[in-house]
Amino acid sequence: MWRYIGRKLFIYLLTFIVAVTINWMIPRFMPGDPVRNMLSRAAINDPEAMASMTAYYEDLFGLDEPLYQQYLNFWVSLFQGDLGISVMRYPEPVTDVIMGSVPYTLGLLLPAILLSWIVGNRFGAFAARSKALDNTVLPVGYVLTATPYMWIALLLSYTLGIVAGIFPTAGGFSYSLRPEFSWVFIYDLISHWFLPFLSMFLVALGGWAIGMRNMIIYELEADYSNYLQALGAPRRLIRRYAFRNAMLPQITGLAVQLGTIIAGSLLTEVVFNYPGLGTLILDSLENRDFFLLQGILLFVVIGVLIANFIIDIIYVLVDPRTRVQMTGGSS
Amino acid sequence: MTDVAGAPGTTDRADAPEPAGERRGSEALHFARRNPKLLIGSGIVLAFMLLGFIGPFFLSDNPNEYVGPQTQPPNGEYWFGTTTFGQDIWAQFVYGVRSTFVIGLFGGGVAFLIGMTVGFVAGYKGGIVDDILNMLTNVVLVLPAMVVLIVAIAYLDVRGLFTQGMFIGLSAWPWAARAVRSQTLSLATRDYVDLARLSGRRTWRIITTEVAPNMSSYLVMSFILLFGGAVLTAAGLDFIGLGPSNGVSLGAMLQSAVNWSALQLGMWWWFVPPGLGITAIVGALYVLNVGLDEVFNPKLREL
Repeated sequence: MWRYIGRKLFIYLLTFIVAVTINWMIPRFMPGDPVRNMLSRAAINDPEAMASMTAYYEDLFGLDEPLYQQYLNFWVSLFQGDLGISVMRYPEPVTDVIMGSVPYTLGLLLPAILLSWIVGNRFGAFAARSKALDNTVLPVGYVLTATPYMWIALLLSYTLGIVAGIFPTAGGFSYSLRPEFSWVFIYDLISHWFLPFLSMFLVALGGWAIGMRNMIIYELEADYSNYLQALGAPRRLIRRYAFRNAMLPQITGLAVQLGTIIAGSLLTEVVFNYPGLGTLILDSLENRDFFLLQGILLFVVIGVLIANFIIDIIYVLVDPRTRVQMTGGSS
Repeated sequence: MTDVAGAPGTTDRADAPEPAGERRGSEALHFARRNPKLLIGSGIVLAFMLLGFIGPFFLSDNPNEYVGPQTQPPNGEYWFGTTTFGQDIWAQFVYGVRSTFVIGLFGGGVAFLIGMTVGFVAGYKGGIVDDILNMLTNVVLVLPAMVVLIVAIAYLDVRGLFTQGMFIGLSAWPWAARAVRSQTLSLATRDYVDLARLSGRRTWRIITTEVAPNMSSYLVMSFILLFGGAVLTAAGLDFIGLGPSNGVSLGAMLQSAVNWSALQLGMWWWFVPPGLGITAIVGALYVLNVGLDEVFNPKLREL
């Protein structure tokens, strides 16, 4: 088991290094002068701030130093938690700006991922091999997974938000309120949260339902299912065994799909102007705030790695076979 | 799923993965013609493809032109209505469908080529090559592609369909490589591959003539999924304004609809068609894929 986890950790460490390296390479090897580019487009009118920022960035990019020195410097500042200073919200450090948005994105992502996974798996398992349900759940599932996140968000925002007027369609909470711990504020927060959540939930749901349905069909073809059936075991029992076996690939699928779902949450946030990382990305794109953009990339990568690691641990806990094999020494 | 090739006792003849030439081909066709999923899926995809590639010949060269009255709902003259600037949404839609197919073919194609190469080499060579390629695959798989793409593309001042497709292709290949690798692993130990190896053929020829044809259905399905994924990724990038500069695409239509508050103005005809187009194309591809799976995989055929 420790070998398994160790190997996974090694991959994650490698991924982190690659991500940081990409992050470092992009501004240096892409065509154009990043510093001038960034500062000429950032709306800074104060010449004093402009001069100090130019000096700061030239210094930070350290473009006169040899490349390997720049690379080392990048790592050093990274470990000091210094990702630079946001151009958009000068002089706030990038880390602080991002930290302000992370809770919103997480608040959207975690419930959407977990609920869609649970509900989707149930639906899929239920639908498999029962003709009428299969013929309805399957097409709906495929249409849902094929839907671009932003489009379903637009549709929900238009129908439930603007036409029906049930939910607010923009922002994280009403501008008239201040963040505080009161019922009014919490209610407001939830009503703003619901539509972005729903659109992410729906798109993700389809994929899980389809995956589960296919896995269950494979499992019902397996020898143990046939054997149980021959013994005359009730259908429910066979399905329960199939479900537990089909669950394992779905857990792995969770790790694989993470990137897509995060991308989806970014797009959904943009539609609803929800104050998470997605909106922050859009803002930083519009303001050419590359430090912020790169900081967000690092944060997302770290988040994905942590989530992957948690999923790995859950997998080991859920599947006894991995534990036996791993302690047995054979890989 | 323990199909050991040629082992005694594998009586399930229909399950044999080796194609039996002529007979297998006609068998696939037999099932293909009777598979509603395949027929419906390919019908929709073909219809959109025709629309995208033939439609533009009947429309003006520049779909972003200000041609008509502003903010018109769909009517006889402007089938999908017009934007707040008087652009013909139908024209934009047709051009958008075309660029959707182009980006799908190109981005999906690049990803497919990389994934296939990595998968074949890793699965066939094994050993240290496999270890290194597998590690590379895992690293790229874990990286959140969209965010990396956003940061990389943001630095480009002039963007084209080509760069976008290239970037998408470079980030989308890992799972295909994994799938191809695991298939290759099981095929590489078959007798006929050993025989080919003994006869001294070059590795690349063995892969292309012995291994690849025996998983052709699998490869086609991977390509279809990569195609769909590339379309969705491109739509997402276009939507946040990182699409090809001055280009027309369904994602970019959604972006302008949101930017010019089509929602608040109740102009549903501006944002419904582009999203519907993407959903229909990608959804049809997925359904087509399931159909293909059922045709080629006897286990999934409805009894």
